[in-house]
Amino acid sequence: MKGLWLGAILVSVFVGAALLSLVWVPYDIIQMNMAQRLQGPSWPHPLGTDHYGRDMLSMIMLGARTSIAVALVAVGIGMGLGVPLGLTAAARRGGWIDEIVMRGNDLIFAFPSLLIAILITAIFGASAVNAIIAIGIFNIPVFARLVRGGALSLWTRDYILAARVAGKGRARISIEHILPNLTNLLIVQGTIQFSLGILAEAGLSYVGLGAQPPVPSWGRMLADTQTMYSIALHLALVPGLSILLTVLGLNLMGDGLRDLLDPRVRRAAR
Amino acid sequence: MGRFLIRRLLGLIVALAVASVVIFLCLEVVPGDPAAYMLGVNARPDTLAALRAELGLDGSAVQRYFDWIGGMLRGDFGISYTYRTPVSGMIVDRMWVSLPLALYALGLSVAIAFPAGIWAASRRGSAADLGVMGVTQLGVAVPNFWFAMLMVLLFAIKLRWFPSGGFAGWDEGLFAGLKSLTLPAIALALPQASILTRVMRSSLLDTLGEDYIRTARAKGVSRRRAIWAHGLRNALIPVLTIIGLQFSFLLAGAIIIENVFYLPGLGRLVFQAISSRDLIVVESVVLLLVFAVIAVNFAVDMAYGLVDPRLRGRR
Repeated sequence: MKGLWLGAILVSVFVGAALLSLVWVPYDIIQMNMAQRLQGPSWPHPLGTDHYGRDMLSMIMLGARTSIAVALVAVGIGMGLGVPLGLTAAARRGGWIDEIVMRGNDLIFAFPSLLIAILITAIFGASAVNAIIAIGIFNIPVFARLVRGGALSLWTRDYILAARVAGKGRARISIEHILPNLTNLLIVQGTIQFSLGILAEAGLSYVGLGAQPPVPSWGRMLADTQTMYSIALHLALVPGLSILLTVLGLNLMGDGLRDLLDPRVRRAAR
Repeated sequence: MGRFLIRRLLGLIVALAVASVVIFLCLEVVPGDPAAYMLGVNARPDTLAALRAELGLDGSAVQRYFDWIGGMLRGDFGISYTYRTPVSGMIVDRMWVSLPLALYALGLSVAIAFPAGIWAASRRGSAADLGVMGVTQLGVAVPNFWFAMLMVLLFAIKLRWFPSGGFAGWDEGLFAGLKSLTLPAIALALPQASILTRVMRSSLLDTLGEDYIRTARAKGVSRRRAIWAHGLRNALIPVLTIIGLQFSFLLAGAIIIENVFYLPGLGRLVFQAISSRDLIVVESVVLLLVFAVIAVNFAVDMAYGLVDPRLRGRR
């Protein structure tokens, strides 16, 4: 439980910063201020300033928005397409839809994800939207597989049989009885994919394939400081720790939620 | 075992065929004509046509697909649009960086994860277990390129133990080559080792909860022997799966780390080829990497059969 709380606090700090940045940031980050460049943490700039004299706290807040938005929408794509596919595959177990869904999943898993993300952004241009698509595509099979696996075991339950005897169709049973019972699984996996999405977005931005300037992103902040962080370490520490703490928070939350929501794990108490 | 093998082999071939079509189609939609890209905006139409014919770009899509696949089967990967050298040679050169790097990182990952995972599992709930789990939690969350930057600062710039980037080349000797791959390999191995440690630990814990372990313990087998002689072998199946996945990830997923350290590996080759519209290089390397992933998964499946005879009969 401690982990869940720690994770929730970490995540709320960064989500809060991202939300706050929608209405307010301490400084304008479009404006350069060379007189103030490369300053360490101080009262007016709690996280210091970068090589253009921009306030790092403001950059981190806006970067949080980019990272969280990209990862969240990518999870949305994965769930939005993966869940119906997984439900359909399970409802028609062994049928041609099941076969196509599962083989398609195997195929996507065979492609090295980062390589394809780079390919997609290279074909369609580097932007936050294309980064979302690239990350989202790889979330689809994750959710499809998870839902199919979970749904298959539910289909053998007596209450599902009762629903079938009562004359409900497969689609209705999937939505009314199967899906609600998979919510816990989805919440836990969603949290994990969210954290992977944050890491993937940071990696793509770092090689210049994520959000483009002037939209700040944590990955690009790190790439921009590549030649300077040896003289001003906070340039690398601040964005790097932001990524680390957000991902850590999400992972702790995922683990905590799994323990909380899954009675089997709770009993085993690992 | 024979049927299992044939079934899996057929699956392997189908997966490869589909993957090759997908890759080819993806690159078909890339805007821009490579010939025009190579010759610049002022090229004369007849020069352009001649180059297109030379590169084999004037045929239909179906014809070009089969030319490409046929060539690959014969080991002829075509000629790079930008470098004008055989793609196969370029891939082999880069392989000499990427393959050792992936193996090095995988070796580190296994060397860390096995002892750490077994140690944590055998002292479940202790401070040591909590410590290992805490460290792995951090290891999974660290962006590896950031960790690489910090290592460069400490070990290359401050302490000068390792080069900050570039590859010395194997001609300089094994030591120099390994030295330039050490920091990248550590950066790649950190998250992988963390994941593997967790899988090792939980898989071993699952196994140790089985009845046959209890029986063995009840018959007077020591804890240590129960873990090493009975638990470990049975706990290896999920661990093998993850090792297989990690190897293919390390082979293809090193792009960002290769960029941090300016290593001339496969990932960097694809990255550069994409930006210069050198599609033939992109196609061939991506297909090769997909082949590697599928082949590694196949090998892992076969390894299951060796570790666990029960799986031989199943599909």
